[in-house]
Amino acid sequence: MNLRSIPFSAWIGIAGIAIAIFCALFAPMIAPFGERDVVGDVWLPAGGDFLLGTDNLGRDLLSRLIYGARTTIFVALAATVLSFSLGMLLSFTAAVVGGFTDQLFSRFNDLMMAIPTLIFALVVLAVLPQHLWILILVMAVLDSTRVFRIGRAVALDVAVMEFVEAARLRGEGSLWIIFREILPNTLSPLLAEFGLRFAFSILFLSTLSFLGLGIQPPAADWGGMVKDNKDGIIFGISAALIPGAAIATLAICVNLVVDWLMKRTSSLKGGRGDA
Amino acid sequence: MPEMLSVKNLKIEATSYPPGEPPKVVTLVEGVSFTVQKGKVLGLIGESGAGKSTIGLSALAYGRGGVRITGGQVLLDGKDILTLDKNGIRSIRGARVCYVAQSAAAAFNPAHRLGDQVIEASLRHGIMSREEAKKRALYLFRVLGLPNPETFGDRYPHQVSGGQLQRAMTAMALCPNPELIVFDEPTTALDVTTQIDVLAAIKHAIEETHTAALYITHDLAVVAQISDDIMVLRHGKTVEYGATKQIIEAPREDYTRALVSVRQTKRDEAADQTGTQLTIEHVSAGYANGFKVLHDVSMHLPKGQTLAIVGESGSGKSTLARVITGLLPPTEGRITFEGKELPRALKGRSNDELRRIQMIYQMADTAMNPRQTVRDIVGRPLSFYFGLHGQKKTERVNELLDQIEMGGRFLDRYPAELSGGQKQRVAIARALAAKPELILCDEPTSALDPLVAEGILNLLLKLQEETAVSYVFITHDIAIVRAIADSVAVMHRGRLVRFGPKSKVLSPPFDDYTDLLLKSVPEMEIGWLERVLKTRRMESAGN
Repeated sequence: MNLRSIPFSAWIGIAGIAIAIFCALFAPMIAPFGERDVVGDVWLPAGGDFLLGTDNLGRDLLSRLIYGARTTIFVALAATVLSFSLGMLLSFTAAVVGGFTDQLFSRFNDLMMAIPTLIFALVVLAVLPQHLWILILVMAVLDSTRVFRIGRAVALDVAVMEFVEAARLRGEGSLWIIFREILPNTLSPLLAEFGLRFAFSILFLSTLSFLGLGIQPPAADWGGMVKDNKDGIIFGISAALIPGAAIATLAICVNLVVDWLMKRTSSLKGGRGDA
Repeated sequence: MPEMLSVKNLKIEATSYPPGEPPKVVTLVEGVSFTVQKGKVLGLIGESGAGKSTIGLSALAYGRGGVRITGGQVLLDGKDILTLDKNGIRSIRGARVCYVAQSAAAAFNPAHRLGDQVIEASLRHGIMSREEAKKRALYLFRVLGLPNPETFGDRYPHQVSGGQLQRAMTAMALCPNPELIVFDEPTTALDVTTQIDVLAAIKHAIEETHTAALYITHDLAVVAQISDDIMVLRHGKTVEYGATKQIIEAPREDYTRALVSVRQTKRDEAADQTGTQLTIEHVSAGYANGFKVLHDVSMHLPKGQTLAIVGESGSGKSTLARVITGLLPPTEGRITFEGKELPRALKGRSNDELRRIQMIYQMADTAMNPRQTVRDIVGRPLSFYFGLHGQKKTERVNELLDQIEMGGRFLDRYPAELSGGQKQRVAIARALAAKPELILCDEPTSALDPLVAEGILNLLLKLQEETAVSYVFITHDIAIVRAIADSVAVMHRGRLVRFGPKSKVLSPPFDDYTDLLLKSVPEMEIGWLERVLKTRRMESAGN
């Protein structure tokens, strides 16, 4: 791989993600004001001291956006990575082992999917203590049911291929077959799903924050900021739209990178293009 | 004789998009010229990538995805069809020039009756009325020897066999009374015993209707039966063009000579066939739904020799291989290897038992992980069975690559970067890496071009001499059996029909099925088809 082969669209995505991560890492250094400091009037317009204006309590919107990148990206990314690890491991095991194991995993997955995600999350989060890692874990487990479905479908397609049969005939264990034979050949659809799921995770986190079970105030997160400022829209104040735009931009950037990765991995299969 | 089709100096190009590089224009066909007269058949022959299908489709002024005809003339009855506009071309396709595809099963719409599809083109072009078209279809069904021609058209595609479907497609092409038909490998996907019937039917129909035809195939023996002239193509250029008799009996070019003499190798069988490395005793097997595929099959194989299992699709020969590997445990009977009974199921076998029996597949494409390099593919058995790694492993992989006549420069290539023959060689190297005592070969050459296939067969023979490995060689091709086998097992519908040393199995007296099978294999000889049709004992009715 060389840098020249990266298409322009992927560069935009990489730049966007880099900026977001930079903000998250160095938030205290680049943010003009503190995350929780009330520095001015409520809902001041953009410009002057406050580049993006102030929010419903008079806190600097830009500073909160920068601090919010920390929690939002960390929680969403951790939850997505965790849900993919869990979902792919279980789904590939189900596809490779088959039989009773497959039935057990698949039916349990159906059971989980039968319960509306949001209600399930509300019940669980209301009962459990409010820790960040519990929030991440609940989001990951709920999301992994979707990953399981798609993972099992693509893995079944690969598991019947002759090179997997050849590996079985060699006497390879299930782990080798899962990680060395099947995983590399299912990356394209799963990467696509990853981009989508990451965006959904941000939205889900926002929903939970909106309902008061996500990130707890006064800590900033982009979804929570939309909620805090939503009333302003009635008065023609656009403060809610700024964190909303940040969410959309990050989701688009992630998907631009994922699209490129997908093309790159699928071209290994003999260059059959953007499958 | 009027010239029906005259192609002059044809040039065909396509744009390819190699990943990470700017698109480039590739010339597929260059400087090809030929003529076909009314009632005559021209055979186009060559290996895959020779441009034969592309040339065939140019007679319909058509290029498959991204393929453009950029030079030359295609004169149909004296008029250049390449200069026609969209409507002009439309009035020719399906009316004056028709096309018969390789896979009839994929070419018919499964939701419509065969009869309606056969007459569709004639009706759409307004060539005849529905009644006339039906009458002509009935006539064609008769000429093509289809069973119950009166009611054949009422059936749906899934209700008839592959051979019948291919003939129905020929009827579809002949129905509008075209001036030219392009046959694109019409019998390649069929079993030999079916192929001969379809071949005879096509030949008879062409004679009856006096149409001109292009017959595309990679099998010189097939085309020798049906065509008046033959054009040999390679890399999009003409190698040799002449009358069938001249091409078969006195080829001028080296490449043509190689094609004619391919599949002529014969090997004497081993004299002593008493040993038993592998014994299969009264094996029956079936699938979980109760469908029984193998019935009471017994055979044995001495060490260092080759047992060929012959049969057509559905005969259970591949299932037998799965039973030997343990992928499909037998319901009855036992399999003994080196004096020890093999555990029925894969799970019960030790790594050493697995190591000693290796397998080579028909499609090397799907038999190798597309995301592993040659180094990983061949190296894995080495580290798995022998614990080799690092420098030692690389050395051994290099040795193996030399053994399969490929060499170290292929180490870091992916399967997609190899040709079909090279892929199969790597698959052989992977099997060899385990130092096996028996290799199961499941039609390893049937997806390859004849010359490449011959190279693979010679390689297998050489490896047998060097390492004394035994082969169970599954095939439908009698020529391959003659070339490599010591003993032969003929299978038909899951039963063993005949088993013994090659010389005994392949010489009379024959049972009916073996007779049919042997007589269906096309031979490189003009007039073979007529001769054999007269002397066949068993009718392959229903094909």
